[in-house]
Amino acid sequence: MASFAARKAKNTIMLSLCVLAALIGLAWLFVILMDLLIEGIGGLSFAVFTEMTPPPGEAGGLLNPIMGSLLMTFIAVMVGTPIGVLAGTYMAEYGRHDKLTHVIRFINDILLSAPSIIVGLFIYELMVRTMGHFSGIAGAIALAIIVLPVVVRTTEDMLLLVPDSLREAGTAIGAPRWVVIRSVAYKAASAGMITGVLLAVARISGETAPLLFTALNNQFWSLNLNAPMASLPVTIFQFALSPYEDWQSLAWAGALITTLAVLTLSIVARLLTARKEDR
Amino acid sequence: MVSIAEADTEDLSRESRQRAVRRFATSDAVFKNLTRGAAILVLVVLAGVAFSLVTGSFLAFKTFGLGFLTTESWNPVKENFGALAPIYGTIVTSIIAMVFAVPIGIGIAIFLTETCPRPLRRPIGIAVELLAGIPSIIYGIWGLFVFSPFLQRTLQPFLIDTFHGIPFLSSLFAGPPYGIGVLTAGLILAIMVLPFITSIARDVFATVPAVLKESAYGLGMTTWEVTTKIVIPYTRVALIGGIMLGLGRALGETMAVTFVIGNAHRITPSLLAPGTTISASIANEFTEATGDLYTSSLIALGLVLFVITFIVLAIARLMLAQMKKKAGG
Repeated sequence: MASFAARKAKNTIMLSLCVLAALIGLAWLFVILMDLLIEGIGGLSFAVFTEMTPPPGEAGGLLNPIMGSLLMTFIAVMVGTPIGVLAGTYMAEYGRHDKLTHVIRFINDILLSAPSIIVGLFIYELMVRTMGHFSGIAGAIALAIIVLPVVVRTTEDMLLLVPDSLREAGTAIGAPRWVVIRSVAYKAASAGMITGVLLAVARISGETAPLLFTALNNQFWSLNLNAPMASLPVTIFQFALSPYEDWQSLAWAGALITTLAVLTLSIVARLLTARKEDR
Repeated sequence: MVSIAEADTEDLSRESRQRAVRRFATSDAVFKNLTRGAAILVLVVLAGVAFSLVTGSFLAFKTFGLGFLTTESWNPVKENFGALAPIYGTIVTSIIAMVFAVPIGIGIAIFLTETCPRPLRRPIGIAVELLAGIPSIIYGIWGLFVFSPFLQRTLQPFLIDTFHGIPFLSSLFAGPPYGIGVLTAGLILAIMVLPFITSIARDVFATVPAVLKESAYGLGMTTWEVTTKIVIPYTRVALIGGIMLGLGRALGETMAVTFVIGNAHRITPSLLAPGTTISASIANEFTEATGDLYTSSLIALGLVLFVITFIVLAIARLMLAQMKKKAGG
């Protein structure tokens, strides 16, 4: 065994390296956010929220991609949430000890971290190819498939945290199982379940890959779900890689808006569950 | 009179109670099957993904056979496609990412669980988790406009000069400093998966029973010794599981890479040269692909990525599940 002094020295050196790692890691991420803030604010103006995407060399904004993103996100949540909540309910309530639940949990966890571009390819094959054209609804469904595993996971986790004595109390006064689930379990788990939905929204509001070849993009104002639809991430992608400076600065502005939206959603989601823990 | 009324209501209430019970039973069965159907839909989605990728890539595999996986050439004009360059790029960028992100991520996790002053632990932990949620396109745009030019001015010329004339290393760091390229993509991926690995490692380290650590300290171990001899061995399986989750993310990451890798379908020994990955190829070329064979080849790339990530993620989940069992029991 090495001498005490040597062991102590090694301890100091290695722990200092850990501190250094933390400093490097955090500094790195801090630099990214600062750059984003500086460049993004430079591109930000009132027009960003009120005007359409411009042709190169002209002034304009990001109104149509922002609306497209909001619309597709809304539909994705409306489609993905009920299915996810129901599936999570089965796993935590009716089928808690089923083999099926174990399989679904495993598959759901894989879906949760599967590359999102694969989802894009799937919806391309499923919807774009059969419909014959790109469309906003295809983009929304692609996003719904990303919402689904997030909601399934949080719903199951949150329902499993509800004490069984609450359910037993509900059953004892004669309520059928589904009333117990709806009026007791969902109520008790609601904050956590809402958090899950918010996290899912945060996740899809920056997703680009699944929209590239489902919703494609649209230079013009369009809320037609049966036609290609603009979205903020895809517009950022297209504008950032363009050689035009106006477009690049709009891309930065869009990136800043997206990041702020995602961070706000994550923080709100966190506050919801944090308050729950304090109680 | 009174008794008749009582008998009537009793009869009525029995009947209505039975009716209510029946109605409850039906509605419960309906709800149960509804939830069951939704749960099965999760399986159907994954099966659908696999099925659509297989059918979509059928033409490519029929045309090129398994040689598709071992051919480097990617020629849309002659309609000759091979997946080797994107597969190579995917693996190399992911290796670079893990080489940097794993030690730094674990280092930060050790800092957070062992040495960080208590009041700072929660804020830093939350900051790391928030950063893990930042969309990858943000890393991509930053990588393109800020990080690549920075590397082009600083690190890349330095690497080229330093390793010039040294046999193996000079070919690894050869060529003009483009800024974009395989190394840049790998480094961006490292920054992206760093918060991810950090937060998993921290969660995993937190599962070590305090008694174990206290008894090690009681024997006179230093903090570093407790970490390497108690904490890491105890959490080994889950830690590797968490790292593999990070790897799965790096392998399939699209937008952060697409911006900075240069999209060149070739395999060069130099890490400074442009390359491509599976996801970057799909993102860059899919909407422009003309002809069924081109599209099918890109979907075949998607299938390859799906299989690779499925295996990595499945192993990761099994390892993490093992840890959960241990912590629960």
